[in-house]
Amino acid sequence: MSDTQSAKKGLGGAALFYYGEPMVWLTGSALVLCVLMILGFLAYILWMGMSTFWPRDLTEYQLKNNAVISGEVHIEESYELPEGAFGNLSTEIQKELQPIITNGNSDRIMVRTCNYDVSGTHFDWIDANLITKQSDPEWLCFMERLSKKPFIGYPQAFVIDGQVSVEGSKETWDALHKVLAEVQSRFKKRRALEKHALGDLRHEETDARMYAIEVMLESGEDSAEHKAALDAYESAKARISKDSQVILGEIDALKLENSKYQIRMQTGDGKTLEIPVAEIVRIYAPNRAGLFSKTGVYLSRWWEFLTDDPRQANSQGGIWPALFGTVVMTLLMTMFVVPFGVIAALYMREYAKKGPLLSTVRIAINNLAGVPSIVFGVFGLGFICYIVGDWVDQTFYPAHVHEALPVFKKGGILWAACTLALLTLPVVIVATEEALSAVPNSMREGSYGCGASKWQTIWRIVLPRSLPGILTGTILAMARGAGEVAPLMLVGAVKMAAELPTDPSASFMHLGFHIYDLSYHSQDSEAAKPMVFTTTLLLIVMVAVLNIIAIRLRNKLNKRFNIQTF
Amino acid sequence: MPQDTKSIVKAIANGEEVGSHIHKALDDVDPILSVENFNLHYGEKQALFNNNMVIPSMQITALIGPSGCGKSTLLRSVNRMNDLIDIVRISGDMKLNGESIYDPNVDVIELRKRMGMVFQKPNPFPMSIFENVVYPLRISGERNKARLEEVCERSLRKAAIWDEVKDRLDENALGMSGGQQQRLCIARAIASDPEVLLMDEPCSALDPIATGKIEELIHELKGSYTVLIVTHNMQQAARASDFTAFMYLGRLIEYGPTSDIFTNPHLHDTGEYVSGRFG
Repeated sequence: MSDTQSAKKGLGGAALFYYGEPMVWLTGSALVLCVLMILGFLAYILWMGMSTFWPRDLTEYQLKNNAVISGEVHIEESYELPEGAFGNLSTEIQKELQPIITNGNSDRIMVRTCNYDVSGTHFDWIDANLITKQSDPEWLCFMERLSKKPFIGYPQAFVIDGQVSVEGSKETWDALHKVLAEVQSRFKKRRALEKHALGDLRHEETDARMYAIEVMLESGEDSAEHKAALDAYESAKARISKDSQVILGEIDALKLENSKYQIRMQTGDGKTLEIPVAEIVRIYAPNRAGLFSKTGVYLSRWWEFLTDDPRQANSQGGIWPALFGTVVMTLLMTMFVVPFGVIAALYMREYAKKGPLLSTVRIAINNLAGVPSIVFGVFGLGFICYIVGDWVDQTFYPAHVHEALPVFKKGGILWAACTLALLTLPVVIVATEEALSAVPNSMREGSYGCGASKWQTIWRIVLPRSLPGILTGTILAMARGAGEVAPLMLVGAVKMAAELPTDPSASFMHLGFHIYDLSYHSQDSEAAKPMVFTTTLLLIVMVAVLNIIAIRLRNKLNKRFNIQTF
Repeated sequence: MPQDTKSIVKAIANGEEVGSHIHKALDDVDPILSVENFNLHYGEKQALFNNNMVIPSMQITALIGPSGCGKSTLLRSVNRMNDLIDIVRISGDMKLNGESIYDPNVDVIELRKRMGMVFQKPNPFPMSIFENVVYPLRISGERNKARLEEVCERSLRKAAIWDEVKDRLDENALGMSGGQQQRLCIARAIASDPEVLLMDEPCSALDPIATGKIEELIHELKGSYTVLIVTHNMQQAARASDFTAFMYLGRLIEYGPTSDIFTNPHLHDTGEYVSGRFG
């Protein structure tokens, strides 16, 4: 005790540094700062992502210039009045607002008005001083539509076959809900027919045509085989077109049945619009809905988000194809990268002679990890798609080449997985090498001492023992691969894929690319913003889930191998 | 016999060639292993100098000497574990039952299968107790379950650990205590019925009680196996072995029956070492 004190005194100001407390505080607070930033970022994404789908209340504002604006309030803020503010209003109102104009500061709110097809705007800014009356009308409804932006308005009348069937908000609401479910199920049926039945027929037709061309290329144009194949194709085509007619007939019948019902909606400022019931995805009146039905809307939106296709340039609807594409692509990538990475690391650690060559290779691999990802994209496009893909097409799809229809000579999920496997290879190699070198030499010697060969030692002792470390590398590679976007733009990720990528040559949708596309390439960025947050949340959750699975697996293995020996 | 008082330590320091002093008792033993003019270099540094010795069959031979004297290196040369180190060069030969060990045509893996080895630190594999014991058979491709079980039980009984583990053969070997692990490693080393059992300071990482058990076990193995053991512990060599070889700076100095080495050594330096006055 006294020794310590005298030491402190003796060292004077340096004593603090001598005992290291400032460094403890410095390093500790740096860590806290890092953790806080990460937590803050996650909390922000979580809050924005989770709250997007909650149905907001709708408010109606009456303004001094007799305009009526209704919608969801998104932002309330104070602002500095610009030069010539209120200039478009009448002189009386301007006179009334003179003190505020002189003051120069005011409050404003941003209302999401929707009704783009009626008003031509998505959002409106209202100065708070213009509001004369504010109300939450009971029957103001929020309607999500299939092919257009959402609509906010009052149900006015229900129309069947062009005849008004009932009028009044409540009556219209009830009449609508009597038929809504069946109309929606008819629509789903129609979409399934279009997507699957017609799609299958199209594929069948292409296959038959390609087969005929293949026969022609093999046996010559005038050969008997080609004639037979052509005949087969013609008959297949006739059958397919007949089948298509039947399906198209079914689709038309469903369309006709659905087009009977229309709903007439009135906006807050009195304009009316007739909307086909088949267009309605979801309609709710938030001001009269209780917590229970709001929760219902919230959950149904999440369900749609996770399981459905996107609508309206991806800014509405679901992201199922992107989720599917991301998971499949990541798994494919893992299947490629892990065996290659482990084999490469095994050779480098267990077989290769130490020397300048090995060091060079190791440095090269570490540098590979630092290469910008877009470079891998360019390589993937230039080499994998255009050279390897071209070879595959020339060899296996001569008919497609003849028709200038590339199969593998373009971006696709297989090539994307290969490109990302290359990108994440260094991660796996480095982690595996580390895991291999962490296997105690005494275990290797024990195995050799029993008369095991090198490969037996590696296979039975070294690999099982380093499995947890290899899995760590795999986790890192998966997390990196799932979040990568830039190279995918070049090798197969697309804004909208008609079908799920069940075929290795198919283009696919990807969550990361989806986020990029929504943020920068949608014509209505404010409407897409919530979707960006939700998709980001989903991507983070997906990566987290993949990681948690792998970490649990690793811990299980760790328990098996790393029991304290003494 | 009077002690030779000339200091070999000084002779080596002066760069003189020193020969080995080998007792007459070793002339008429039945040798299983013989070391012939064996030299070993680690890179530039020579670790073994012209060693010549015979290891008697079915006896326990101890190698003693101060740290760095080359006793472990010599032991590891017997089953060619030093091949795993790139910079090691050797000259001379060893013979197991008259067959050369260092002949270029020798299959090292087959050679190692004829010997068992126990290391300083217990090194069980990260697998079940059963799999640990039958590992030498597994790598030889043995699949017969009954035979594996029979070998497992026999080896564990010989290693005096059967009663402790017979109910948990499926448990991970890494969960055992250090002494148990070392006896498991001995069971593994004798599972394939080796011609020679090599032990490299098998007790140096163990507590006194575990050490006692291992020594007892080594004693019991006498008669069924030829044991070559490296030890730091003079009492251990005196208690457990039949013959003792004293090594110093890569040279075999004196080699004879254990009782003679400890009570009546022919060389002054040996006496100094075994009585703890130097080394």
